[in-house]
Amino acid sequence: MNLRRDVFQAIADPTRRAILVLVTSQSMTAGAIASNFETARPTVSKHLQILTECELLKQEQNGREIYYHINAEKLKQVADFIEPFRKMWNDRFNKLQEVMQNYKSQNKS
Amino acid sequence: MEQQTKVHAEDGKQELVITREFDLPLELLFKAYDEPELFEQWMGTKVLKMENKKHGSYAFETSYNGNVVFRANGTIHEFIPNQKIIRTFEMENTAFPVQLEFLEFEKLTDETSRLTIHIVFRSVEFRNQLLQMPFAQGINMAHNQLQEIAGKLK
Repeated sequence: MNLRRDVFQAIADPTRRAILVLVTSQSMTAGAIASNFETARPTVSKHLQILTECELLKQEQNGREIYYHINAEKLKQVADFIEPFRKMWNDRFNKLQEVMQNYKSQNKS
Repeated sequence: MEQQTKVHAEDGKQELVITREFDLPLELLFKAYDEPELFEQWMGTKVLKMENKKHGSYAFETSYNGNVVFRANGTIHEFIPNQKIIRTFEMENTAFPVQLEFLEFEKLTDETSRLTIHIVFRSVEFRNQLLQMPFAQGINMAHNQLQEIAGKLK
């Protein structure tokens, strides 16, 4: 089993993408981040944990508070590096599935 | 069902793994690779040659606006229907050396299947360059389309 967090799985979730957008401009505490969502606080915490584990977010201790900020380097790596390649294959495979599903229904009749 | 295509490329390794689960029975997924007419449809390319057998070879080319913009070829080392294809892949007229590809087809349920493509490159540098290529291509494509539209407006 690969226990390492999959960074693409992490950014596939809309709430997690929203969190990333939110902390792009400024560092925020978990509470401040959670106040932007209607989701329960523990759910937001879980999202933060996943984003931190795959290094898209970094934690910074400031007094008694922990601030989350974006790990621009990691995000850039994901956005610029593999994502276009992954997307190309994803589009290609979506097309494959579509072509073969059509083929299947045509050959049924 | 998880439809996302996953690409696993570890730092410093001259290989990558692409995985995808399909809402297709295994036989249909394999057919998409086996039949030239179907392969052409989803790859958006023209198959020049496809000898799907051990020590066979293949070649295809992609045209844009009547010009051949991409040509690739390779040799098939192993071809086991509904199980695996081992082949080389080489892009013509590029600096990229040939790469080795292991394609594995698996049945998940009667209606779903998984494809795993393991690609081995000559070096880490070539792998990383290839990963950056589709992005450059995307830009060129968009640029060409813009030119085309601009051309029609004249």
